[in-house]
Amino acid sequence: MGETVIHKVNNQEMSEPELRTGKPIVADIPEGVSGQGYFATSIEKAVGLARKNSLWPLPFATSCCGIEFMATMGSHYDLARFGSERLSFSPRQSDLLMVMGTVAKKMGPVLREVYIQMAEPKWVIAVGACASSGGIFDTYSVLQGIDRVIPVDVYVPGCPPRPEQIIDGILKIQELVGNESLRRRHSQEYEDLMKKYNME
Amino acid sequence: MFELNPDRNQLVISKLTEQFPNASLVPEVMADMLCISVEKENIYNVLLSLRNDTELNYNFLTTLCGMHYPEKQQLGVVYHLHNFTNNHRIRIKTATGITHPVIPTITTIWPSANWMERETYDFYGIFFEGHPHLERILNVDDMVGFPLRKDFPLEDQTREDKDDSMFGR
Repeated sequence: MGETVIHKVNNQEMSEPELRTGKPIVADIPEGVSGQGYFATSIEKAVGLARKNSLWPLPFATSCCGIEFMATMGSHYDLARFGSERLSFSPRQSDLLMVMGTVAKKMGPVLREVYIQMAEPKWVIAVGACASSGGIFDTYSVLQGIDRVIPVDVYVPGCPPRPEQIIDGILKIQELVGNESLRRRHSQEYEDLMKKYNME
Repeated sequence: MFELNPDRNQLVISKLTEQFPNASLVPEVMADMLCISVEKENIYNVLLSLRNDTELNYNFLTTLCGMHYPEKQQLGVVYHLHNFTNNHRIRIKTATGITHPVIPTITTIWPSANWMERETYDFYGIFFEGHPHLERILNVDDMVGFPLRKDFPLEDQTREDKDDSMFGR
């Protein structure tokens, strides 16, 4: 093909032939002051960079979207290259709660307990139509969206979403994590949000 | 094909009418299976004799489920019994009114009826008299209403965002 396709990688435009040379693509460097042997930036940016590139997810996989997540964690779509290498099923040791699949009304309090046990800072991603809004199951037994019991940061629509879409959701979470202020969890807005869900 | 055995069907009908002459048993063959409708006063004894009688020997309760007939104002229970030795199945039905639905429990005959009756209570609201632990089993404990009755609304009523025009209403 005659044309050169340009891709935008990490805010740098690189053409396909260039991408194929295997030149290392460096992660985004935040704004700061640099000099011989040092680089100074704000601590929020440094912490945000560290956090977003090492999110430890808790896969709360309930149904079909869980299978798509398994595919995402596999080698073909590899979620681990974004830092989510270590999955934990213990809420005490994870920062991202990934709710994937239909949540029944009887499961609601369980999900709430799992969320409460996670340590701050914590983020929640609702993967799939059922977690976002109940999906096609508008019935007496299905919780119509997990945001009725826990606060959600990113919703990934789809039934089920393809692995690429789940990865897109994770990238958006990373954007949120990287830009989050260190004082956000102590702010009035956050406290009001927690009160809305009856969490302390 | 295990149910279509007219000799066994006839045997069951004749034995039951002989043992319960005062009960009104209505037998019919529906979809290759003998189905007997019994009044709820006699249901316990009928099921007990179906199990204990050495010739009938229906020792396995396959399932127990509720039914709702709004046009007849009836709630009912259907029992499926299976005979391992002769490989024969029958169905027993019983009915009760909607306003005060009470049916005797059969947990003392078959312990597996325990959870099945709880499920029937959870979804149809039929009280089983004598049940050791009659509570909701599959739905949330504080649910109001009985979901599988015909007058229970299909969709979750707590949603505010459904636009009727988009759903053809």
